[in-house]
Amino acid sequence: MGSAPWSERPQAAYLGATVERSVKILIAGHFAVGKTTLVGALSEIPPLRTEEVMTQAGAGVDDLAGVSDKATTTVAMDFGRLTLNPHLVLYLFGAPGQKRFQPLWRDLAYGALGALVLADTRRLQESFPVMDMVEEHGLPYVVAVNQFDDAPAVDLPVLRRALDLLEETPLVVCDARHRASAGQALITLVQYLLTRAVKEPV
Amino acid sequence: MTGAGRDDDLVRPYVVTGGRARSRISFDVVTLVVTVAGAPAAGHDAHASPEERRMLALCRGGALSVAEISAYLHLPTSVTKVVLGDLTEAGLVATRAPAPVVTGPSVELLQEVLDGLRALV
Repeated sequence: MGSAPWSERPQAAYLGATVERSVKILIAGHFAVGKTTLVGALSEIPPLRTEEVMTQAGAGVDDLAGVSDKATTTVAMDFGRLTLNPHLVLYLFGAPGQKRFQPLWRDLAYGALGALVLADTRRLQESFPVMDMVEEHGLPYVVAVNQFDDAPAVDLPVLRRALDLLEETPLVVCDARHRASAGQALITLVQYLLTRAVKEPV
Repeated sequence: MTGAGRDDDLVRPYVVTGGRARSRISFDVVTLVVTVAGAPAAGHDAHASPEERRMLALCRGGALSVAEISAYLHLPTSVTKVVLGDLTEAGLVATRAPAPVVTGPSVELLQEVLDGLRALV
């Protein structure tokens, strides 16, 4: 770790010289729901990966890297960025939604504008812990069903009931691989956040 | 171990952070970091740790977020924050924007984000 010569590291993609403010949105979802795909479709740089070490070995931790120190486990998170205008940059963080990643969420959710919860109709029940996590951290969210090629056609009213969504929570379908589609899901989220902010000024 | 069966408070013995798990200065993953003009070139300070030198060399090229610095240097974000805290206290790097606050984003900021997204996608 860290011993590679400078030339072997990826060339850093620096922010524009005038960028002075940053915001973040979480792309939350269970394993293999398409978080990194969506981040990659929207990001202006190839997605990067950060690692965080969790010290809490909760029940259900099954992928510990070593046996000598059972109290730590490493979690990788992919993220990307979008420079929105010459002064403002948006970071998109793929956030693993499983309960055992709870310790990571405090820092990640702090100050986030909101969350896009990605769901897969073939594994809908796996989205409940994700929505719980987002709600526990007080983040407003939109659910975006990632339309996989082999998944059955989506009936939104049925899905809405199955996911037990609040009436105000937007539910959209997207293709995480396509920039326009992924972008539209993100736009729906920010429109929703804006509607809430206008209603309840901070 | 105390035998109490709790490991929540275990302090990880990070060599690079001198055993510290948290920085005294608060950084968010999206806090933007720049080097301070006139700071000595990386490697010239004999007291700087290898991680500090690598971080300074990376940051010299331009602004990056804490998360990007972590990714490029293959360091956990918590470690990056501690090293950045030391560099900030030494006056070698500065944050370009305050970390986001929990009081909630303003209508103006959200509108700015929305306009930016609409123009891009």
